[in-house]
Amino acid sequence: MREDFGLIREIEHGHGTESLVLSFWPGRVSLKQRWRNNGLSADFLGDYVTTFFPLEDDAPSARDRQSEIRGAVSYVANELLENAMKFHDNSIAEPITIRLSLEDTHIVFHESNGIGTAAADAFRAFIVRLRAADPGELYLQQLEHNALTDSGAGLGFLTMINDYDADLAWRFEPLADGGARVTTQVSIKL
Amino acid sequence: MKSLEGAGYRAEFDPEAGCVRLRGSLRLGGLTEYAPISQLLEDALDGRDALTLDLSGLEFLNSSGIATLSKFVIAVRNRKTCTLAVRGSTSIPWQGKSLNNLKRLMPTLELDFD
Repeated sequence: MREDFGLIREIEHGHGTESLVLSFWPGRVSLKQRWRNNGLSADFLGDYVTTFFPLEDDAPSARDRQSEIRGAVSYVANELLENAMKFHDNSIAEPITIRLSLEDTHIVFHESNGIGTAAADAFRAFIVRLRAADPGELYLQQLEHNALTDSGAGLGFLTMINDYDADLAWRFEPLADGGARVTTQVSIKL
Repeated sequence: MKSLEGAGYRAEFDPEAGCVRLRGSLRLGGLTEYAPISQLLEDALDGRDALTLDLSGLEFLNSSGIATLSKFVIAVRNRKTCTLAVRGSTSIPWQGKSLNNLKRLMPTLELDFD
């Protein structure tokens, strides 16, 4: 059965909606080669978005805004792709997909990948913890914990929430051949 | 001068200036891949009572990099023998958003933006 954590915004296909989708089949090349691609894809998405926020004049505020949006999109996309590459289960016939949609007031990312049952359970447990906690406190706790254990788990999501004021939601959909498709949605206010 | 270079980044320690500089884009895969940078930072601390971490040329840092820098800041804080100054740039958006967290980890850290 499908399970949502938070409100997943259905993708609008109406007039005026701009979106861009990138899809990968990660088993085809090594993770190391793929990793380099994450940065290229993330920077591409950041640059792509700035074309919708043109510099109509040379005002420093317009330049700052463009640069902020480029930086935020690039950071979020890179984290989503890194997570997807790390946790995607190659035995599941699902691509890794990242969709960037531009709405009137938000930029919305939908990243989906295949995940094994055990990894899905661990991820669900993390999401429940994240949603119940104060994100600022959990972020600092996680940094202190990481200093002792060398585990940086979940920091990408926590930085999106704390530093980029992002809203996160997730959808788990069981797949017929086992495992699940997990979709992470990140929404940033414009 | 000790330095490290990889695809798109450079890390260097200038012992005379008491400064570690990170430049470029750092998006290494996990804390293991950041180990050489962590080592450079640890080595820079040895026998020193003041250190500057210059990030003003660091255009991009992924969350594993944030974890690496945070871990270093916690190590300096716990050692209590060295002051730490972090230099950032207002023209690099992620720094304005994320560097303040380092000060939350170590309130005596001096954070300057050029």
